Amino acid sequence: MKVLMFGWEFPPHISGGLGTACFGLTKGMAKLNEVEVIFVVPKAFGDENPVDIQLIGANQVPILQKKIQFEDARQKIDYFEVGSELVPYLGEQEFWNLKSKIYSKKTRFIKTSEGFKVDFTGKYDDGLLDEIRNYALVAEVIARNNKFDIIHAHDWLAYPAGMAAKRISGKPLVIHVHATDFDRSGGSVNPRVYAIEREGMEMADRIIAVSSLTKNIIVEKYGIQPEKITVVYNAVEPVENENEVKFEKGFDEKIVTFLGRITAQKGPEYFVEAANLLLKKMKKVRFVMAGSGDLMNQMIARVAELGISEHFHFTGFLSGKDVAHMLQITDVFVMPSVSEPFGIVPLEAMQFNVPVIISNQSGVAEVIKNAIKIDFWDTIEMADAIYGLINYSALAAHFKNEGKHEVGHFEWINSAREVTDVYKSVVHF
Amino acid sequence: MKTVCLFFQVHQPFRHRRYHFFDIGNDHYYYDDFTNESIMNKIATKSYLPTNKLLLKLANQLRSNFKVSFSITGQALEQFQLYAPEVIESFQKLVKTGCVEFLSETYSHSLSSLKDKIIFEEQIKLHDKKIVELFGIQPRVFRNTEMIYSDEIGAHVAELGYTAMLTEGAKHVLGWKSPNYLYVNALNPRLKVLMRNFKLSDDIAFRFADTNWSDYPLTAEKFISWLENINPKDEVVNLFLSYEAIGDRQAKETGIFNFLESLLVKIAKHPSLKLATPSEMIEELQPISIVSVPTPISWADEERDLTAWLGNGMQKEAFGKLYSLSEQIRRCTDEELLKDWNYLQVSDHFYYMSTKYFSDGKDHSYNNPFNTPFEAFVNYMNVLSDFKIRLNSFVPVNEIDSEIASLHNIIIEKVEKIKKLEANILALQKRERRKK
Repeated sequence: MKVLMFGWEFPPHISGGLGTACFGLTKGMAKLNEVEVIFVVPKAFGDENPVDIQLIGANQVPILQKKIQFEDARQKIDYFEVGSELVPYLGEQEFWNLKSKIYSKKTRFIKTSEGFKVDFTGKYDDGLLDEIRNYALVAEVIARNNKFDIIHAHDWLAYPAGMAAKRISGKPLVIHVHATDFDRSGGSVNPRVYAIEREGMEMADRIIAVSSLTKNIIVEKYGIQPEKITVVYNAVEPVENENEVKFEKGFDEKIVTFLGRITAQKGPEYFVEAANLLLKKMKKVRFVMAGSGDLMNQMIARVAELGISEHFHFTGFLSGKDVAHMLQITDVFVMPSVSEPFGIVPLEAMQFNVPVIISNQSGVAEVIKNAIKIDFWDTIEMADAIYGLINYSALAAHFKNEGKHEVGHFEWINSAREVTDVYKSVVHF
Repeated sequence: MKTVCLFFQVHQPFRHRRYHFFDIGNDHYYYDDFTNESIMNKIATKSYLPTNKLLLKLANQLRSNFKVSFSITGQALEQFQLYAPEVIESFQKLVKTGCVEFLSETYSHSLSSLKDKIIFEEQIKLHDKKIVELFGIQPRVFRNTEMIYSDEIGAHVAELGYTAMLTEGAKHVLGWKSPNYLYVNALNPRLKVLMRNFKLSDDIAFRFADTNWSDYPLTAEKFISWLENINPKDEVVNLFLSYEAIGDRQAKETGIFNFLESLLVKIAKHPSLKLATPSEMIEELQPISIVSVPTPISWADEERDLTAWLGNGMQKEAFGKLYSLSEQIRRCTDEELLKDWNYLQVSDHFYYMSTKYFSDGKDHSYNNPFNTPFEAFVNYMNVLSDFKIRLNSFVPVNEIDSEIASLHNIIIEKVEKIKKLEANILALQKRERRKK
């Protein structure tokens, strides 16, 4: 079976859990040996390390390729021009020249670089909706150029690409919901994003949700029949080089860590308030907020206002190696997410023998036992749990050992197997 | 006769490098040597050296009619010694002409006057010591960091034996009064207060090359005519500037050097104008009244208050946390720590944390190594955290720390013992060889 997969990011160029999850899943599939994966991202940087899968950057696909290829077969050129209704242009002048010819009503124009390739940034900046649209257009070209049995699209940025591929090929579409806009926006949903998400979910033959929490949102907020949705939990990559020399912290205070994007979805403000409560009780502890995001400056200002900045540090965005360093020196990991579809980072922390505190409002809370679970808004409870883990070594030891043991069972190959089962339910040979 | 008092502030901070959370406790070097050296070299070449050269030429030409005064911070002097020793030489040559007065200030260009009397005094002593060492002059007039002044600070400075203090002729303090007279401190009338004429000072420092300014281009003749047309009863005009304004902020191409030369020559030769140093001025002139400044003023931004350094929560937090260490610092004797302590106090660190973008953002971003005030705050607090860990191990605050400190001392003793014994071994070995 061959699957055409559309994602938005791939390690090492990731900004959050989506890229990590896609990487883990494709790796698991490679191990299964049942499914062949073509993974498409808007922009391939060239330094990715795809193991046993074919990685395509949409920015590397010349959309005029067909025309050159079939230059002497008149029929096929006609097919391209009429059928694709996609005309590349290089700049304003060329656009004008092309525009002044006669095209069918449905013809769309797309701006390309010199080699008739489309430029993508692969980022989450302004013009994101344009990029998503262009991505879908290139997806059509890719869908025509490749043979596959099923289409799999990860998160809303890739839904239009998946839908376009389905329209062209008629192959079944599986949509993988890593998060919905209800999670990301903390309630104030962007109607355009919602529309894209809902269209994707409706057009999909099957939907994979990363937790029951997410499944419920899909059913309740997007009006999808629950029968169409399968829950497949994420997993975690085993730690590499575990015997490598450990990173040492330069002081003897305990470290309590928040690691993730500093956005409303992740509940950073509750972590700050809990830190403040705890620091009133004891001083020999340091809090670290690792990551960046739109609420970061607000958090820095709040920490200064509370007068706890001597015990509360910000690291900015951490890359792969620094994440490992951070977890190695962490004594308690806290994920106070307001709405977390899954949450892989606590699993990573558990691998590093770190006791974790997670919010009940996270998907990962459905599956792990050896973690302290609290409500994200309950900062008193949060401070209390942190205090316990720091001061009662027996409690911390339990979570360290049992957690490490438990997290060993979360393997991507299991998730991959469940995803493959979903494929089998829609592909009929 | 009107007296023109020309004063320059010379200051460069030791800027911090990006000090990451992971560095805390592991790496104790806080400074961005590359940036500090390149900024120092840039400003020395564009401003300090050519301006000093010009002033030296004028001093030789105009002799006793030429007067200028400086206050150079300890931070700037240390950076000259490290990166541009020729600047110190050029200042020394200026001193030899006898036309120059050096003023006292805080060693670190710090805000200590607002927080801690003892630290403030120490900072002043340290600075005066350095000035005597390098230039052989004992300062008698005081200029606080960024012209920060209040009745209380003034009275304290008077207690320390200084005769006068420089500050901003802030409108909200003077009201209808003119800055062009000599004033005295409200609490201790023995301390004279010189008020900066900010209009004329900023015409040179900020507006000189501004083509949108209605008085552009500014010529020496025009400036002289302004000085002549000031109320005839006014006695002084205090032109207090940042030294970088000449040559760096106002680049050579704007004609600032020709303007300055021609202006000073014209003043010196003018029948009703003359140049003077602050010390000369307070001897010649009678103060006209007291000036009452109950809350501190400065020369910064439009508000002329402290909000550039202590305006937001982050700045107040960092400032408070820094000076909460002063008790411990008093018991500290480690030279490295004391050096870092001096560098940590530099007011620029707090200036970088300012969130006042709108009217004065341009000035706040001048040589600012940080993209956002938040970044500046986080970096500073990381450095301060590491500093505190080191300070605690040296000057313990509780039992565990004192244990660590004693262990630390044992290690130092042992290291010294090892060194001694090694030296002994070497000596014995030599003797052995000689015998053979």
